[in-house]
Amino acid sequence: MSRIFIWWIGEAAADRAALEHVAARLAAAFRAPVALWEAPERPRHAYDPRRRQHASGMILRWLLEAGPGAGKVLGITDRDLFIPILTYVFGEAQLGGSAAVVSTARLVERADARGGGPLLARLEKEALHEVGHAFGLVHCGTPRCVMSRSAAVKDVDAKEPALCPECRVRLQELDVGGP
Amino acid sequence: MANDKTRILVVDDEEIVRESLGGWLEKDGYAVETAPDGPGALARLGAERWSILIVDLKMPGMDGLQVLEEAKKRQPDLAVVIMTAYATVDTAVSAMKLGAYDYLVKPFDPEELSLMMQKIVSQQSLVRENAVLRQALKREYQFRDLVSKSPAMQKVFELARTSARSHSTILVLGESGSGKEVLARAIHAESPRADGPFVAVSCAALTESLLESELFGHEKGAFTGAIARRKGKFEAAHGGTLFLDEVGDIGAKLQLDLLRVLEDRRFHRLGGNEPIEVDVRIVAATNRDLRKAVQEGRFREDLFYRLNVIPILIPPLRDRREDIPLLVENFVERLAVEMKKKIDGVATDAMTALMAHDWPGNVRELRNVLERGAVVATGPVIQLPDLGLPGRGEAAPRGGTLASLEEVERRHVSSVLAHTGGNVSQSARILGIDRVTLYNKMKKWGLRRDGEEEGLPRTGETPIGR
Repeated sequence: MSRIFIWWIGEAAADRAALEHVAARLAAAFRAPVALWEAPERPRHAYDPRRRQHASGMILRWLLEAGPGAGKVLGITDRDLFIPILTYVFGEAQLGGSAAVVSTARLVERADARGGGPLLARLEKEALHEVGHAFGLVHCGTPRCVMSRSAAVKDVDAKEPALCPECRVRLQELDVGGP
Repeated sequence: MANDKTRILVVDDEEIVRESLGGWLEKDGYAVETAPDGPGALARLGAERWSILIVDLKMPGMDGLQVLEEAKKRQPDLAVVIMTAYATVDTAVSAMKLGAYDYLVKPFDPEELSLMMQKIVSQQSLVRENAVLRQALKREYQFRDLVSKSPAMQKVFELARTSARSHSTILVLGESGSGKEVLARAIHAESPRADGPFVAVSCAALTESLLESELFGHEKGAFTGAIARRKGKFEAAHGGTLFLDEVGDIGAKLQLDLLRVLEDRRFHRLGGNEPIEVDVRIVAATNRDLRKAVQEGRFREDLFYRLNVIPILIPPLRDRREDIPLLVENFVERLAVEMKKKIDGVATDAMTALMAHDWPGNVRELRNVLERGAVVATGPVIQLPDLGLPGRGEAAPRGGTLASLEEVERRHVSSVLAHTGGNVSQSARILGIDRVTLYNKMKKWGLRRDGEEEGLPRTGETPIGR
């Protein structure tokens, strides 16, 4: 499996412990080496003043240009994300591509204000979910699988922070059959 | 979640919308393709089959509503979702009127989109499942072109299926329009002779001599006008089935000829000397009471027994009303195809009336009534007035109607009076009672000489003061 880089691209200070926790979970789930990437650039050009949100598609393209340039890169931000057609997204990834982004902006809903607890659990799940897309996995019909679609925070909470057996098999097939 | 085979076509003039919506749906496991404009979308729709079309309302050139209209013409079961930046009641109403499944206001909630797609997929699979079940049900209730779920008819089908395999003569009994010929054709189709010809002759339609020549054929010069040799229906049916409809109507001479063929399996053409052997399976049919005709000496007893090897009685439609909805559905579907018209079914009150009608003309009458309804109907649903069924008052009392003896007597007296134009003496003669008795009855029931009830305006009279 290709290396995964995690890059904090939020405006607030990075929560290093949380990022390391996510890194450990990604490494376990995808059996790939995971490293934290640190750089001062932020995708401020992706901000849409009319919607007061960041366009996730633009962030994905920027991650490819400004990031490590190898393996897969997961950007984590505290800014609210959107795609032009939807009111918001928790994250986005290039299906079978190299870039993924996750936002904590909507995951804080009714979460512990200190940022731990449910927020970290939710972030971990959405990070697994988007990186799963980057590895080529599509949404899963098993409700508790981390690859199942989450349109609301309650859906995120209902999922397990792990791939279901079927998705694990699919992931292996994708890795074998992939480039 | 998403069905692998669900194909979605996204149509929007903005590339970013096509890309983001397409990508989002792809992650849900849908097969997604995009088109930048109406003509492009219609070309894709024509080339392949799609489950869902998501189309933007405002596009240069052909707008979303035009695409919707054209798409629905090409594929009526396509679920079309309209996207719009500003929802107005007007556009929503026009979209729904044109058959849109729903509409989404941009930008939309991911949950809303996800649920809508899931709902469409599950509805479409229900529709498919329903169609499969209906087909299965039909097969169960069907014997070739005959449709019924009534136990009596199921027995008929069973007997017909079993006897179809044999070579024995079958006598199909039933009222006119009950489907005797349809059953005969079904028996032929189920028989080992299915590859052979099925030849039908209506014995009542021809004079005895013509029928004789029709059945047995004739040699050249056999009678005046026989300018060439002609094969008869018996020969034409060689290796197959000969259906003799209205066999109860044939005359004495032909009864004897027919008996001979049935006994010897050979006959002579008219004017011919050479006996001709044929391998023909006979299915005869009649709406007459042959046993009674035998008793009255109008039908040969030996021929009756030759024909009555396997009698199959088709019950009249009024005795199996439970079949009416199934038959209606079947006919409506066939009529829709034949007439190339969208007919979804009949209105509830129309179905109630169809169930209540007595159907003296049986299934044939039902089909004719529905055909009339399908022609007259202005919408996709046949309404009660479209059927042109007689109203309650007009319906003639029939054997199946539940009425008291006195009611039947009153109606009969009234119709005889109307028939004779109010001539009491003539009416009394027809009724077989004396004039005084008739007068008494008229007085008792308040009948006038024209057969109408007292208090009702006479035909042609205008009620005054109303």
